[in-house]
Amino acid sequence: MQALRRVFALNQNASWTRTVLATQQKSCLLSSSSILDIGIGLSAEKRQIQELALTFTQNEVAPHMQKWDAEHIFPVEMFTKTAALGFGAIYCKEEHGGSGLSRLDASLIFEAIATGCVTSSAYLSIHNMCAWMIDSTGTEEQRAKWLPQLAPMSRLASYCLTEPGSGSDAAALKTTAKSDGNYYVLNGSKAFISGAGATDLYLVMCRTGADGPKGISCVMVEKDTPGLSFGKIERKLGWNAQPTREVVFENCRVPKSNRLGPEGSGFGLAMRGLNGGRVNIASCSLGAAHASLLAAREYMTVRKQFGKQLAEFQALQFQLAEMAAQLVSSRLLVRQAAQSLDSGDPGAPAVCALAKLHATEQCFDVCNRALQLFGGYGYLLDFPVQQYLRDSRVNCILEGTNQVMRMLPCS
Amino acid sequence: YIHIINKADMAASKGLKILVGCKRVIDYAVKVRVKPDRSGVVTEGVKHSMNPFDEIAVEEAVRMKEKKLAGEAVAISVGPPQSQETLRTALAMGIDRAIHVEIPLAQLEKLQPIHVSKLLAKVCESEKPDLVILGKQAIDDDCNQTGQMLAALLDWPQATFASKIEPSQDSKQLRVTREVDGGLETIDVSVPAVVTSDLRLNEPRYATLPNIMKAKKKPLAKMSPDQLGVDLQPRQEVISVEDPPVRKAGAKVESVEDLVGKLREKGLVK
Repeated sequence: MQALRRVFALNQNASWTRTVLATQQKSCLLSSSSILDIGIGLSAEKRQIQELALTFTQNEVAPHMQKWDAEHIFPVEMFTKTAALGFGAIYCKEEHGGSGLSRLDASLIFEAIATGCVTSSAYLSIHNMCAWMIDSTGTEEQRAKWLPQLAPMSRLASYCLTEPGSGSDAAALKTTAKSDGNYYVLNGSKAFISGAGATDLYLVMCRTGADGPKGISCVMVEKDTPGLSFGKIERKLGWNAQPTREVVFENCRVPKSNRLGPEGSGFGLAMRGLNGGRVNIASCSLGAAHASLLAAREYMTVRKQFGKQLAEFQALQFQLAEMAAQLVSSRLLVRQAAQSLDSGDPGAPAVCALAKLHATEQCFDVCNRALQLFGGYGYLLDFPVQQYLRDSRVNCILEGTNQVMRMLPCS
Repeated sequence: YIHIINKADMAASKGLKILVGCKRVIDYAVKVRVKPDRSGVVTEGVKHSMNPFDEIAVEEAVRMKEKKLAGEAVAISVGPPQSQETLRTALAMGIDRAIHVEIPLAQLEKLQPIHVSKLLAKVCESEKPDLVILGKQAIDDDCNQTGQMLAALLDWPQATFASKIEPSQDSKQLRVTREVDGGLETIDVSVPAVVTSDLRLNEPRYATLPNIMKAKKKPLAKMSPDQLGVDLQPRQEVISVEDPPVRKAGAKVESVEDLVGKLREKGLVK
């Protein structure tokens, strides 16, 4: 798609990424197409969806990845374009504008977009998660009101669970929602909220009842509601193309009709949202590792030392082989987790946790090794691997730390 | 073979029937490599996609449908089994149905525009399109022949290198703006006609997820060259395929006088 527009795009980074993602090379791992084929094991139909996402990424995302990071730009226009393709509510029902596709399709899309910008793909996945929470649990009125706005991404959503005092111990959250006639009055604050301040709808997990998970409800708070305010934009190692801020509630009055699901069901909803969220974030890590691995491979055919291409040194070839093993094993596990969710497998949450644990750690390592293969150039901000590295590092932490991911399969 | 459309006002009729050609080629971004035996280029395991000029042709057909100039748009591809993916892409962009003329592997490498144009001509006999839009050339062989040959075989008018297609002043013909060496040439052609697309005709759309899903239900018919009665005997033999010569270093000059002097030295300027 849009092939000729690509030809005339001028951005240096775009040309790097574009060539790297399309080219195949000779000698050892470099020539074998099936190992690094991002569509490995997929049907023709899935490949078509993946191809759409990849082409869009090459044209509309990758060329800007560096700039968005350097200038801290949250690319709302680009998100609107993704939504026009149906990427705004991928696994929501078609009734109100969702695409009616599967978690596997979503994984392919997020992985593809992450090859061009991990941060943007991550936000897109968070938005999708929120849209799904409304689609799966909302009343007919709530779905009819919100999905037609969220699917085209004319309004954006954020997910608010973590607080300054409760991260992994999410059920210990303290933000209260006291009943006052037809309203809840929210007091408290949420921490590390992705998109905060730039988004329009906040899905807030808050305490309507007693302590513990059963006292938690999910309430939708619209931007500009009196009593809703935001902390400063956090300065981060990565994910710079996305504002992250505290969200503060001070006697914030929210109509009870904004509650998703019955009182006390909020924690379960949040956790169900996170199962998919984990597959999605792991998919973003896959994209980062894929792009980094291909970039390193390409570099190794260009850089010469001791009279030979780096690609001719066996020690470095072995690095690539190990990185490929890390990437492909992660990819297969993530896609299996997606399929487990799609098939309603009761064991799916544990598989999702394993997939998130494995993929985020292995893929970060792939990015790190790719950076090493670039030598000194890898450390320069002009080269993309450092951004994939910085952006994928947080994937080991959010949506459930990898330590919590180790707890889930054991419980 | 003559097929004359009713000279009724084009705008009032149910719209033109368009046949669009799509070729599956090596993706433009791939670094193409010559095979060690110099018999051709490496295609196995290499990313392929729809010829960019054909994407533009598909887009134009879909736009003409949206403007109600066209009623039905059919995509056709002559190639290996994987050409079906190319056709699915066309369907996802808004084409109504597709035809795949499958070429056996043995004959694929020797397929030439003369064969493709004969196959297309045969399909035109049964499909009876009012307009055939092809990409002006394929980016793998850069032949720029199929459209012209097809028009000749059908004895239809041709308008190649189109940068704009619209109804003529009296709506009875198509007014096509062509990109030629001297600039832009505008001609009126009667339908049925063959048009080939050039770069600036339009900017192709992305498929959308809903359209990809809808495309699965659209008909995709298969045909063979035998069924169409076309002989694929090669007319040409490729002796060898080689890399272009390595570019030699140039020289920098300090001034216009130096430049002119150097050009004179090399006998390039008197």
